[in-house]
Amino acid sequence: MPLTFYRKPGLVVYVTCGDPDLDTTREIVLATIEAGADVIELGVPFSDPVADGPVIQRASERALKRETSLGQVLTLAAEVRQHAQSTGLIVFSYLNPILRMGMDKFCKVARAAGVDGALITDLPVEEAGEYLRAMRAHDLAPVFLAAPTSPDERLKRIAAASRGFVYAVSRTGVTGARHQLADDARKLVRRLRRVTKLPIALGFGISTAEQFAEVGEFADAVVVGSSIVETVERNRGREAAAVGEFVRELSAVSPQMSAHSR
Amino acid sequence: MAALEELEREYEKAKRDRKFQARLEQLLRTYAGRPTPLFFARRLTEKLGGAKIYLKREDLLHTGAHKINNCLGQGLLVERMGKHRVIAETGAGQHGVATATVCALLGFECVVYMGTEDMRRQELNVFRMRLLGAEVRGVESGSRTLKDAINEAMRDWVTNVRTTHYLLGSVLGAHPYPTMVRDFHRVIGREARAQILQAEGKLPAAIIACVGGGSNSIGIFYDFLKDKKVQLIGVEAGGRGEALGDHAARFRGGSPGVLQGTYSYVLQDSGGQIALTHSISAGLDYPSIGPEHAALRDSGRAEYVPASDAEALEATTLLARTEGIIPALESAHAVAEVLKLAPTMKKSEVVIVNVSGRGDKDIGIMRENLRID
Repeated sequence: MPLTFYRKPGLVVYVTCGDPDLDTTREIVLATIEAGADVIELGVPFSDPVADGPVIQRASERALKRETSLGQVLTLAAEVRQHAQSTGLIVFSYLNPILRMGMDKFCKVARAAGVDGALITDLPVEEAGEYLRAMRAHDLAPVFLAAPTSPDERLKRIAAASRGFVYAVSRTGVTGARHQLADDARKLVRRLRRVTKLPIALGFGISTAEQFAEVGEFADAVVVGSSIVETVERNRGREAAAVGEFVRELSAVSPQMSAHSR
Repeated sequence: MAALEELEREYEKAKRDRKFQARLEQLLRTYAGRPTPLFFARRLTEKLGGAKIYLKREDLLHTGAHKINNCLGQGLLVERMGKHRVIAETGAGQHGVATATVCALLGFECVVYMGTEDMRRQELNVFRMRLLGAEVRGVESGSRTLKDAINEAMRDWVTNVRTTHYLLGSVLGAHPYPTMVRDFHRVIGREARAQILQAEGKLPAAIIACVGGGSNSIGIFYDFLKDKKVQLIGVEAGGRGEALGDHAARFRGGSPGVLQGTYSYVLQDSGGQIALTHSISAGLDYPSIGPEHAALRDSGRAEYVPASDAEALEATTLLARTEGIIPALESAHAVAEVLKLAPTMKKSEVVIVNVSGRGDKDIGIMRENLRID
């Protein structure tokens, strides 16, 4: 299933799998799809989430206490895929758990589960040779992060290696909701448009409907992560419903939406 | 990546800049106290009855450990790059103190990240950093030790990368850090080689150093790499046992993995989660190891052995009473190994032990663990 954005702007939702447990994560994901998400990033918890702020750090710690593994996340992906044929599914992980499983084995299992692509947080495009070969061999889309501090040459390299979409990071820093969208964001998307025709999804720090609408004006899709994870944290016992409500509120100001089959 | 590339560029330029090198050499000499002595430990040699033991006295350097070699080098780079804010991680606190020291010397804002568990066991150094004007931020996540401090320092760096330099304290992290930090510590081995040739007219049969991240050890090993007959021995933290979580011996139970920007041997579980580690010495308590050490071990050029908490404590007391030197608990691991090795060597052979730091910071731990009557 190719990664497709049916809405404009498209909606990409990140969840930390296993927080509070895998069954709840599955419910949350399905509720999110119901509320209109185009792509789900299935976050694999890691012991040392260096690119994440406190919200996702806490979620990862909780998920790891229950020994949530990469293998379990892939099983979850297969379960989600059974219920959602047209939603994009991306495995979002740090490199080490994938290395431990084996690059080829990971790609094989991911493909079989119906996963569409992956984003490895701490694997820069410069070090991605083996990864790109394995992903291509298994028809999976490698998604990379583009930062505001990346020079044009590097953005070109990132764009060339990317498939599906390019994930533009809105500001320097780690994941986490912020009140104001930085100027960095528009500039970065502008620079990316010069080097890629792929859809550009913008993320990091988006938590309100205003920010969602604003980003929707210049990016093709909006990524929401920490605010979803925080919603899960704050709504024990009714996580899926709360996330569904939050997603609907967030994307309510969206100008266009076309019907799509499930 | 952009910051790493900028750093690499500046470093390469500085390497070739004679004025930079001269200024660094002058600071190492007039401020830090280089060259450090290579001391013949006569009583220890006699007691063990084997090889002649020489001690490379990095503990005599300003701030009490080898760390300042790298801090001065990177400090001058920060000046070159025109940045004004420096951040660092620290385990035992020696790198934090050396960073705070250099920031006071050169006039930079300084923030040091330290695991709250380490802050508790290395209180003296926390106070020193604050006295020197640095802000010490405790890190509560994970194991609350070195790797967690590194995570937090990295988070700060990616957020403030335009104004801030991350003064990494060991031969870890993404390129160019492992190479650059090693280069700044090469002076240890360069001096030791000249000193031993002058003292004994020949090269040592073996060199022993403790290995946490691996900076003091690679610093003393490097200029001897080409001397194939010189055995290079790195000593890791054997902790309190062999089970995962009870030690920090990466070459005993670790496997290739990626942590904090480096591909090297890592102590990890079957799912690729990084393992918790233990050592009585905060500076050795780290689940990965400098990649150059991984390469040296895989090629057979260097070998790595563990020393336990108990052995390190015993070595501390022995060195204190035999030579009047109280080593840092990290360095005591190297001393523990020479206690085993020297008696098996010929009296005509020479072995050098790198005393990477002094033990004042560990008085609290020593008091808890040693029965001193």
